[in-house]
Amino acid sequence: MFDAMREGLPAAAGVGFKARHFEALMRDPGPVGWIEVHAENYLGDGGRPQAQLSALAERLPVSVHGVGLSIGGEGPLDPGHLARVAALCARVGAARFSEHLAWSTHDGAHFNDLLPLPWTGATLDRVAAHVDQVQQALGRQMLLENPSSYLAFAESEMTETEFLARLVARTGCGLLLDVNNVFVSATNLAFSARDYLGQVPLEAVGEIHLGGHAEQADAHGAPLLIDDHGHPVADPVWTLLGEVLARTGPKPVLIEWDTDVPDWPVLRAEAARAAAALEGVR
Amino acid sequence: MSTTLKTAAVAGAVAAALASHATSLQAQENVKCYGVSLAGENDCAAGPGTTCAGTSTMDWQGNAWTLVQEGTCESATPVMADGSEIELPGDRMGSLEPLERDLPQG
Amino acid sequence: MRQESFRAALLDPARPAPAGLHDGAGRPAGRRFDIYRNNVAASLVAALETGFPALRALIGGERFRGLALSFLRAHPPRDPRLALYGAELPGFLEGVAPRARFGWAPDLARLEMALREAYHAADADPVAPEALAAIAPEALEGTRLKLAPAVRRVVSRWPVAALRAHALEEGPRPEGGAQEVLVSRPGFDPLAQALPPGGAAAVAALADGATLGEAHAAGARARVDFDLGPVLAALLTGGAITGLMPQDCKETLP
Repeated sequence: MFDAMREGLPAAAGVGFKARHFEALMRDPGPVGWIEVHAENYLGDGGRPQAQLSALAERLPVSVHGVGLSIGGEGPLDPGHLARVAALCARVGAARFSEHLAWSTHDGAHFNDLLPLPWTGATLDRVAAHVDQVQQALGRQMLLENPSSYLAFAESEMTETEFLARLVARTGCGLLLDVNNVFVSATNLAFSARDYLGQVPLEAVGEIHLGGHAEQADAHGAPLLIDDHGHPVADPVWTLLGEVLARTGPKPVLIEWDTDVPDWPVLRAEAARAAAALEGVR
Repeated sequence: MSTTLKTAAVAGAVAAALASHATSLQAQENVKCYGVSLAGENDCAAGPGTTCAGTSTMDWQGNAWTLVQEGTCESATPVMADGSEIELPGDRMGSLEPLERDLPQG
Repeated sequence: MRQESFRAALLDPARPAPAGLHDGAGRPAGRRFDIYRNNVAASLVAALETGFPALRALIGGERFRGLALSFLRAHPPRDPRLALYGAELPGFLEGVAPRARFGWAPDLARLEMALREAYHAADADPVAPEALAAIAPEALEGTRLKLAPAVRRVVSRWPVAALRAHALEEGPRPEGGAQEVLVSRPGFDPLAQALPPGGAAAVAALADGATLGEAHAAGARARVDFDLGPVLAALLTGGAITGLMPQDCKETLP
């Protein structure tokens, strides 16, 4: 079992690092107390990506967020990829490692998307085995992020929150609670985001994500939210964040903005808003 | 080439290279910065939603080379920095000829 | 549901969405499945657009998008690192690009892939030109060079470096002719430099541990009037020389 308290990021606002913000962050991180990078973008041998990350890691705690391990995949984890991710975490002295409750690789092909899982006992067995394997390889606790859902599986045997609770109990992993993902999934699958947040094991949450979403409609005219990380965080998501923090106390809160990445002042303002929400519960 | 001549040629080449390197340093200042997004980056964001690329059933492999504008959801006509459109390659590169002699495979 | 049935429909829009998926309210998922199809296609098309900007500029955005869609269905990534994606595109282009109008496309893609590899290659400090100048003229012929990990060579019947520069609005439209190109990375930004004929053979020899004299001979075999000078100048400009080994240090080469 891993000691969750040994791990960790500051209970401050963070941002997903984009190379275009490098100079601004080095000059003055402002309200930003830590950064997060996508592991797969920093597995090269050298060059600017590694140099920027090394420079930032001297200034700010770094969270490594994997997007390609395919933890929910039916096949085995790619041992070479896992080893490269472990080496990256060691190299930058990662304060955290997290991944997604999803799959992306099948039969050697990588689809570069976070694909959905049915909440069944068989899925739980497979994901738990993969989480154990990652935690062994990294020698630390990992966090697993709840997905944005656009559809549901008829074969599911339990709710997502029940799945997460059982996974945490079995593996000792923590949760990366993406509040926007909860809001997106709740809207898309017509459940209550508040009920979800009432049922998810908040005591296991080691980090919180916030991102923007796009609004579309499905074939029946029902609202369909797309987790595009290309907009400011929506107001109802900020409200949900406040409710979560009121129960958990301060946590590391990350702003994710991956598409149509804005200029630094815009991202900084989002981080400042997260920092203010954290101040409210200190 | 005799050994002496080759020795002289190599020494001359190094001298010329060193001389030209000194003058090329200024020129390199103007080399356009490669930018920060040389390769596509992994992220965990979702794409365009329910529309566009993934649902196109068009036989691209067969007709991509003759097609100009069809079947996609955003205009992608290449434009120069000044806003003018780039001519399509039939017009632009059609007269370009390869060198037909065999090249050494470096 | 097995992930195989999900995967099959993911890359083939002609297939219906897999059974057993619903919208949370009991209705079939329908076009909600298309979100995943689009995420896969759009993200990989975007990765290829970013990785092959000159090819895209020259063949046109719509044509590139069509090419990218057919490529990604035939060659989905085999590795989660998108930085590596597209290495099979030149070979794919050999099979699909009409030679009459787009004969240069595969080699241009090779050049762009080489530049991307150079971008992510391991760091290595180049030697100062003074170190080369300090070697006695009679010892140069037996000197070996250590080349940077970023160094790549592209040999083409087409003027690929000039084509790329033109596509990116950094140079005039080339008239034609072959080009041998040195790719390297001075600092953090890769650089493509045209070599004189025979230059790629000389660089290949140096990369294999040949002496300057042997590299000169390799270039001269490819081209009678070969001149090693511009090759060395390109290597210096490109920050490509990371070590100098005089004759008596031959055994220390890896």
